[in-house]
Amino acid sequence: MDLDLNDEQQMLADTVGSLLEKRYDANARLQLLESSELGWSRELWQQYADLGLLGLTVDEQYGGAGMGAGELAVVMESFGRALILEPFVATVVLGAALVDAAGSPEQKQAILPGVTAGSTVLAFAYAEAASRWSLTDIAATAVPAGSGWTVSGEKIAVLGGDSADRVVVSAKTPDSDVGLFLVEGDATGLRRDAYAMQDGLRGADLLFEDVPAVALGEPADALAALESVLDTAMAMLCSEAVGAMERMLWMTVDYLKTREQFGAPIAVFQTLRHRAANMYVSLEQARSMALAARLALLDDDVPARRRAVRAAKLQIDLSARHIGQEAIQLHGGIGMTMEYPVGHYLKRTTAIAKTFADADLLTQLVGADEGLVTAD
Amino acid sequence: MNTALSKEDRAFAEEMRAFFASEMPAEMRERLGRGGHPSRDDIVTTMRILDDHGLAAPHWPVEWGGKDWTPLQRHLFAEEMVMANVPSPLAFNTAMVGPVIATFGSQEQKERFLPATARCDIWWSQGFSEPNAGSDLASLKTTAVRDGDEYVVNGQKTWTTLGQFGDWIFCLVRTDSAAKKQRGISFLLIDMTSPGLTVRPIHLIDGGYEVNEVFLDNVRVPADQLVGEENQGWSYAKFLLGNERTANASIGLIKSRILRIKRLGGTALDDPLLRARLTRLEVEATALEMSVLRVLAREASLPPGVPDPTSSMLKLKGSELQQDASELLTDILGPAGLAYRETDEVPAGFDALPEGALDAMPTYFNWRKASIYAGSNEVQREIIAKTILKF
Ligand SMILES: Cc1cc2nc3c(=O)[nH]c(=O)nc-3n(C[C@H](O)[C@H](O)[C@H](O)COP(=O)(O)OP(=O)(O)OC[C@H]3O[C@@H](n4cnc5c(N)ncnc54)[C@H](O)[C@@H]3O)c2cc1C
Repeated sequence: MDLDLNDEQQMLADTVGSLLEKRYDANARLQLLESSELGWSRELWQQYADLGLLGLTVDEQYGGAGMGAGELAVVMESFGRALILEPFVATVVLGAALVDAAGSPEQKQAILPGVTAGSTVLAFAYAEAASRWSLTDIAATAVPAGSGWTVSGEKIAVLGGDSADRVVVSAKTPDSDVGLFLVEGDATGLRRDAYAMQDGLRGADLLFEDVPAVALGEPADALAALESVLDTAMAMLCSEAVGAMERMLWMTVDYLKTREQFGAPIAVFQTLRHRAANMYVSLEQARSMALAARLALLDDDVPARRRAVRAAKLQIDLSARHIGQEAIQLHGGIGMTMEYPVGHYLKRTTAIAKTFADADLLTQLVGADEGLVTAD
Repeated sequence: MNTALSKEDRAFAEEMRAFFASEMPAEMRERLGRGGHPSRDDIVTTMRILDDHGLAAPHWPVEWGGKDWTPLQRHLFAEEMVMANVPSPLAFNTAMVGPVIATFGSQEQKERFLPATARCDIWWSQGFSEPNAGSDLASLKTTAVRDGDEYVVNGQKTWTTLGQFGDWIFCLVRTDSAAKKQRGISFLLIDMTSPGLTVRPIHLIDGGYEVNEVFLDNVRVPADQLVGEENQGWSYAKFLLGNERTANASIGLIKSRILRIKRLGGTALDDPLLRARLTRLEVEATALEMSVLRVLAREASLPPGVPDPTSSMLKLKGSELQQDASELLTDILGPAGLAYRETDEVPAGFDALPEGALDAMPTYFNWRKASIYAGSNEVQREIIAKTILKF
């Protein structure tokens, strides 16, 4: 049983960690967040590309490094610590992974090298105002048109939807399949209502009015591909959240030691000490489940894998809520300010908790059937 | 079985499972599976069978019957034992005094005590706590004064678990009253049949008797029953308490309780709120199990016998989940758990009691102890806080 990072993963963690330490201090991040048009850094994006991060899990024949989810998780945890603003989840964890899982070889060849090189930003549009967490209960439609399709409907909260060069969108076909369709960013009939999300990442609502599209693979096969990409994506959000939680804990610990009230560092107050200890316990539980999720991705038994990943995200969401809320409380007023970093971590982990599925839904899904603990 | 385990580890666990199924009395396993408390005989029987197979104390040095197992194998062994409803070997014997004697005792003490301890020919009790020395254990006052070849011991121990069955008791005693707190403490082995030693049971809120007061009134103890050096007892006690980093997580117990809840839950678990509580308990237990495996995976690189924040974390979370599981079962049984009964026999014509009715509520009351003993959860939080705050 080897649960530690291997040498290659450790090297990856060190490389990414030292880049972000140099480039992503709180001020630099705030600058990007508040004063840049794009909301993230093209220059850093290019550096991610140069380090091979954008093609980390992309096949070598498409210019990638052909690594696995274990390596991606290492990167995600570092990104969570630094709270990066670049559209990595949108482009790599979702967009490229969907193209890879559902697309034809020609489509992969057309899209993935651009992602890997840093020249293509992708987004995945799936949520709708009335769909809540469902992937299939959607109103967007796709109808055949000539050799391709046209897509119509409105999607919300599309991560990276503001700047994506290409968008993967889920829509129902006349056969009632939930297909995945590829739309050019400048296609006629596509309109964007761009905004910053609550956590500062950029996104958009997208309105599709008879937008020309091509199907990513066969629409009948798309849902299964989509679900397995989301298994991986959920596991990756778990790792990102663990990085963010870790930072929140250590920031809080540092603050308790330096902030003085009543003539002493507030770390002398046991009620605060014990709450910091509880945060540590929550973090360790979350870290264990992020690891469990990553290991579960290797499981060929799809229902078991899915249950494990969902259980992990449930633990992560609960831990993150606990750690995030306590981190703010233990900082007092300074934790409430936009200028101080801790609140930004709460914002990101809160957004993660509202991505793909929330704790209440996950509780239902994990509790269905035989549950997690079995006698095997 | 956990996906983190290698094929070899799984095979090992399967082997242990088969061993417990074939070698341990079926009647006992079945009775304990229904929530019964292990009797003295159950524990002794189990330890003898284990000893017959050379499995009484796998974590001891090999020359004293230990196995050259990895920390993970030892964990799997203990977990399979719990899951098979086999009572765990008496912790006072195999987890506490045994390793202390094996590590710090004289050759003569090892020969005299270790085989009998492994086999439970000696039933050990733990005499650490006193009425005024609980969390602040080092403030203990029981004294041992050297008189020729003997120590004369005076004082009182309390909370002595299963002391009513005890043959011997290992005690922390003060041998130097002038020295500061931790400095003047020694580790003494005392025959409980010694004149001047009396045991008085304490009635607990679950209705049972599992702890005792032990009074020591001019008890004369041969000096060769001192372990290690005089006034070094505190460091042996710390070794003893930090010896099993992952055992306090009680993960096997928690999992077996969850399985029991699922088995007994019936239609109560159609209630979405109860079901949700069960699910979150399962998720936390799964996370805890992975936390245990993470600690085991790096166990070899940790200094032995030193308490560290991960073992505190495991104890904290483990005790909470144990308590949550016991509480959930009472909530599932509802009014069926309200009657206090000594046995599950009912008069002719009455319906049989549902499984769990007898023990669910008492267990819930009893397991409040889990956050008090073995270092209270507040003490564990303090250990974690000290480590992360370095303050
Ligand atoms: C069922 C049971 C079995 C036991 N078996 C044994 C046994 O076999 N042998 C043996 O030697 N002992 C045994 N113990 C004793 C056990 O180790 C003590 O109960 C424990 O150390 C706590 O001591 P106390 O009960 O005196 O509580 P106290 O130490 O008086 O604590 C009271 C409360 O104050 C809190 N507290 C104490 N100090 C601090 C602090 N510094 N910061 C914050 N909070 C604090 C505690 O957490 C607790 O909530 C057993 C106890 C129980 C309940």
